[in-house]
Amino acid sequence: MHWDIVWQNFDYFLWGAFPQGPLGGLAASILLAALGIFGAFWLGLAAGLMRLSKRIWVQIPSIVYIEIIRGVPLLMLIFWFYFLAPVILGRRLPEFECALVALIVFTGAYIGEIVRAGVQSLPRGQMEAARGTGLSHAQAMTHIILPQALRNMIPSFVNQFVSLTKDTSLAYIIGVNELTKAATTVNNRTVVAPTEIFITIALLYFVVCYVLTSASRRMEKHLSRYQARGR
Amino acid sequence: MPVIEVNKLNKWYGDFHVLKDINQTVEKGEVLVICGPSGSGKSTFIRCVNRLEEYQKGEVLFNGQDIQAKSVNVNQLRADIGIVFQQFNLYPHLTVLKNITLAPLKVKKTPRNQAEENGLALLERVGIHDQAHKYPAELSGGQQQRVAIARALAMRPQVMLFDEPTSALDPEMINEVLNVMKDLAREGMTMLCVTHEMGFAREVADRVIFMDSGIIVEEAPPDVFFNNPKHDRTKAFLKEIL
Repeated sequence: MHWDIVWQNFDYFLWGAFPQGPLGGLAASILLAALGIFGAFWLGLAAGLMRLSKRIWVQIPSIVYIEIIRGVPLLMLIFWFYFLAPVILGRRLPEFECALVALIVFTGAYIGEIVRAGVQSLPRGQMEAARGTGLSHAQAMTHIILPQALRNMIPSFVNQFVSLTKDTSLAYIIGVNELTKAATTVNNRTVVAPTEIFITIALLYFVVCYVLTSASRRMEKHLSRYQARGR
Repeated sequence: MPVIEVNKLNKWYGDFHVLKDINQTVEKGEVLVICGPSGSGKSTFIRCVNRLEEYQKGEVLFNGQDIQAKSVNVNQLRADIGIVFQQFNLYPHLTVLKNITLAPLKVKKTPRNQAEENGLALLERVGIHDQAHKYPAELSGGQQQRVAIARALAMRPQVMLFDEPTSALDPEMINEVLNVMKDLAREGMTMLCVTHEMGFAREVADRVIFMDSGIIVEEAPPDVFFNNPKHDRTKAFLKEIL
């Protein structure tokens, strides 16, 4: 076994060549995941709410977006943004941004469906009661429907966010300097320790995802406190 | 001018004709009790008054103004017409006090301290001021429904709609809710109540309406309605529930 090779390159796995060079490794993966989660949440929220609109011209863009994305592999999407961005924008997008946009657009579609289902699963009486006191549709959404629905959605969100975190490894294919890329680079250079290297990065991915799930479990508990106290 | 005037109101759910030529006039301070078998359209009728249900034909006037007119702000209309539901529909994620103050804060832009003061006063009025900072799930059904009444009153409505307010309650909690409603009636609130609580109807209603299959079959002051109903369907219904 060559665990010394893993050990010697451990800081490279964690943050790449940083601070002398660009940020890479696990730090870049986490950054990609964090920005991706942030973007996908807002995009998905918008898509889900548009999907719920009574106005057909608001619904249609959201339906088209969700249906197309759900039928396309993420890898294909990453290639699209990588190879089509120069055609459309006239210049190349940096790899990191390409991967980020692909992850956001991909995960946003699934979040959109979660949002739709979550809002629809609340009792109709909640909206009626809110509207019945004179709140506008938007106010009822912001103060009554979404605070309850979003809490119910947390487990589904976490599934998506964990998937997204793992999916950041696909960014390797267009050369984004993240954890999988760091592992491949070190493996190509050292040759003799693929098992040790890939076990190590698997563990690193696991730790990140585990932290994410347990943090969300705590958050869910905190947000459900009004139910726990029920008679 | 009557507070509410309903002229030839018609509503369909698809092919199903729920309300057929409903006419009603409600004066300020009047208490109307609407009863009838389930599916007779009584809930649909009162929910048309604050446009929780839209209707296809006829008109509903609130203080002389057609409520479906383009110029009518539906949120303002609903702020002026409170509604209490069978299932309470309190907001489970907000405390009792916040349930009550939300609409005044957001719709009327009442300053927070004033909204809370009003909220606490309303809770006092419905007899549960000591529960202000609890969550709805910690209260009994009767208490929850009284919070729901306070929530509707917080907007200082001109009319209150009650949609079977005691039907989801355990028998021993029905009276605490009815007593609040009776107090309201005696204070001069204009009320449209869908309910089968005939004791309540006898005591405070100015008129009792019996609906069946989307039609107002019978309409009379309570003593006439209960002691001397004209229609066979009303007699049969009263026999069932009394």
